[in-house]
Amino acid sequence: MRDVAVIGAGETKYGEHWEKSLRDLAVEAGLKALEDAGIGAEDIQAIFGGNMSAGSFVGQDHVGALISDFAGLAEHKVPAIRVESACASGAAALHSGYMAVASGLYDIVLVGGVEKMTDLPGDMVTDILAGAADREWEVFFGATFPALGAMMARRYMYEYGLTREQMALLPVIAHKHGAMNPDAHFQREVTVDQVLNAPMVADPLTIMNCSPVSDGGAAVVLASADIARKYTDSPIKISASVAANDYISLHARESLTKSPSTIEAGKKAYKMAKKEPKDIDLVEIHDAFSIIALIGIEDLGFAKKGEGIKLAEEGQLYYDGDLPYNVSGGLKAKGHPVGATGVGQVVEIVKQLRNEAGKRQVPNARVGLAHNVGGTMTSSIVHILEVM
Amino acid sequence: MVGIVTYGSYIPIYRIKTAEIARMWGDKPEHPEKGLGLFAKSVPAYDEDAATIAVEALRNALRRKNIPGDKIGAIFVGSESHPYAVKPTASLIAEVLGAYRAHAADLEFACKAGTAAMQNVYAMVKAGMIDYGVAIGTDTSQGQPGDALDYSASAGGTAYIIGKDEVIAEINHTVSFVTDTPDFWRREGQRYPSHGGRFTGEPAYFKHIMSTAKMLMEEAGTKPEDYDYVVFHQPNGKFPYRVGKRLGFKEEQIKPGLISPYIGNTYSGGTPTGLSTVLDIAKPEDRIIAVSFGSGAGSDAFDITVTDEMENFNRDAAPKVWDMINRAKYIDYATYLKFRRMIVEVD
Amino acid sequence: MVVPRFWRERRSRYSLIGTRCPVCGTVYFPPRSVCPKCGRKSVGKMEEVQLSGKGKVYSYTIVHQNVIGYKYQKPYVMAIIETPEGPKLTGQIVDVEPEKVHIGMPVHAVFRRIAEDGKAGIIQYGYKFIPDEE
Repeated sequence: MRDVAVIGAGETKYGEHWEKSLRDLAVEAGLKALEDAGIGAEDIQAIFGGNMSAGSFVGQDHVGALISDFAGLAEHKVPAIRVESACASGAAALHSGYMAVASGLYDIVLVGGVEKMTDLPGDMVTDILAGAADREWEVFFGATFPALGAMMARRYMYEYGLTREQMALLPVIAHKHGAMNPDAHFQREVTVDQVLNAPMVADPLTIMNCSPVSDGGAAVVLASADIARKYTDSPIKISASVAANDYISLHARESLTKSPSTIEAGKKAYKMAKKEPKDIDLVEIHDAFSIIALIGIEDLGFAKKGEGIKLAEEGQLYYDGDLPYNVSGGLKAKGHPVGATGVGQVVEIVKQLRNEAGKRQVPNARVGLAHNVGGTMTSSIVHILEVM
Repeated sequence: MVGIVTYGSYIPIYRIKTAEIARMWGDKPEHPEKGLGLFAKSVPAYDEDAATIAVEALRNALRRKNIPGDKIGAIFVGSESHPYAVKPTASLIAEVLGAYRAHAADLEFACKAGTAAMQNVYAMVKAGMIDYGVAIGTDTSQGQPGDALDYSASAGGTAYIIGKDEVIAEINHTVSFVTDTPDFWRREGQRYPSHGGRFTGEPAYFKHIMSTAKMLMEEAGTKPEDYDYVVFHQPNGKFPYRVGKRLGFKEEQIKPGLISPYIGNTYSGGTPTGLSTVLDIAKPEDRIIAVSFGSGAGSDAFDITVTDEMENFNRDAAPKVWDMINRAKYIDYATYLKFRRMIVEVD
Repeated sequence: MVVPRFWRERRSRYSLIGTRCPVCGTVYFPPRSVCPKCGRKSVGKMEEVQLSGKGKVYSYTIVHQNVIGYKYQKPYVMAIIETPEGPKLTGQIVDVEPEKVHIGMPVHAVFRRIAEDGKAGIIQYGYKFIPDEE
């Protein structure tokens, strides 16, 4: 295995892109990443594309081929493979791209993620996203994805005394950061009251505890570390890329308040990167629902079980705090185009580690961690990146 | 000895008061109580239908005495609101029971399909074809909003397992009577039934019930005073008293089996559930006469004697009819329309 | 219209048929062909077992934004139910005021319509839960 670095990163704005299609978003993000790396599409040897459900959202499968074609690569016969792991599809694509370069099979690959979600009415989007859960034994009986998140939250509140007011701090922080990110879906701050009084989606989660339905694409160019400096002065090393899985249905798990797959992926990632939680300068944590972010913070070792929310209460999670959290705005404010999200988290970390994040720049950021999950924290993928 | 081995009923939890229905249509709130003897009617929840009611009633019967599915030789489900026009309810019941070798069929005869099911199963047991059979009367009956039936058409059902071993209530005699009398009907494709107004009374309900009851007592050599309880089809709270009085029965024989004032007319579930209410309180040696009526028009009558086996029978293992009558959640007319899918379409 | 996808699950949905691993005794619902604890030792040996339908609320939510087919049931209560046999399962709690539902509430399974394939398609039946009598 050899070291792998990110040599280029780019993304579209996340949000409602009425005039842009799935392929428009994918190609835009890909070209930005290539431009950032200073190479052309013809210079890459393989594409790994994260996408959850284009087949359902826009009736398009074979997404790898579509993107490769419209990125101008049909003449070059470059392999393009779509990777799917629900909302962790982006990180799964990155994991695949990482393995492809680390193994020595390829020297330069493009990893993309894209989702076009806003073409469908809300109940259909809810139904498609519910496909990340067990369709026959959860969704069939009426469980929406937020409903499953809400049951995690309810159980957490029962076991640890968490209040809705406390949980509301996480979207407040995410929006504070999103307001400073020109690529974010929502670039405005919100208050605890706004979170609490927003329409209820699945009690106790209001719509402000839930990430939005967004369109977007994100991409990074990976190269083997030994050639990375030929392309950029500031390559960012991928120090760890680890995936872990759990039971797909929430009811099959022993606990609703922890994620064994996140715990496993986190432990292995720290070991692989030779890092500890205290070495991490910023985290992009999967906050599809506030409760998932809270469990993520704890299970990645940043707080003891039941105490994660203290970090929010103490102000440590702001971009200038001790554990800058979702400085991009996170899934909550930056947006959650599901297949793009995991790649977009890494785009943010690359920008931060290169000191290119503008108003939301984390001071002296050298190591970042991205946590992307699929389903109800069923599939967890952790990446640790650092300045080379 | 052929008779009832176990029984169970199910009444949905939701009720609408007849005064609330009267409020909608500008009738005096006391009109349905005074005119029809109806205080409230049961309403199926949005996710209930004649099949779910049948399953719940049957499960209550099995809670009292479990008969394994492979011993069930026949399943008849009587209803005028089978969830499918084509596709049996009885096959669903067979699957729930694991009774894959049963003769299974749906019956429809307005409000007497439940007793028709009982008579069929009784006949098969008596003929020695089967050891046990399931007879269910179940309905989520339809009344057109604003029609007189809006006050009474309700939901509920009862399941009987009939056999020859450990019989808790022996069926001594059963007879039927039928004529082509269209007092109430629903044409294919029509959502709500139509009826002949006052024509549903004298030439239909009264003539058929009285004829059958008299035939039965003649065959059994009994008189009204020989019975501890009498159960009649109960489309409202008044007709059973009226027909009973004309036949020579007293109020105290009729009242224990009359539940329509509190839950309305459960159609195919009506007479079977009235009988179930009586079995909830009956003692060995009690004699019961049950007479159904189905529009169109016919009537089945049963002469039943409770056996000593009732002492060994665990009636408390399932809710009794009055437990379910008392377990009521009242809803308003708008909720009623939503539950009955009158203001919403399937999405 | 979809038929076999629902039809093939009917026994577990109607009668709560799960499986038990004969090696470690753990009961699973829905049925599994491999015990996650015993792995290969359990393959080909899993036994059918019927759950009693009894249980307690382990967690719950009141759903206001539904998946397709549940528009007219909302707000509805979804719950994870802990069974005495071991497995937890997901289902609606009905015939209850949502505000009365609480963790630990005893419930039992009932037979209800779960979904339907439009106005002309198949009606899918299965389990939901109602509170035990107080």
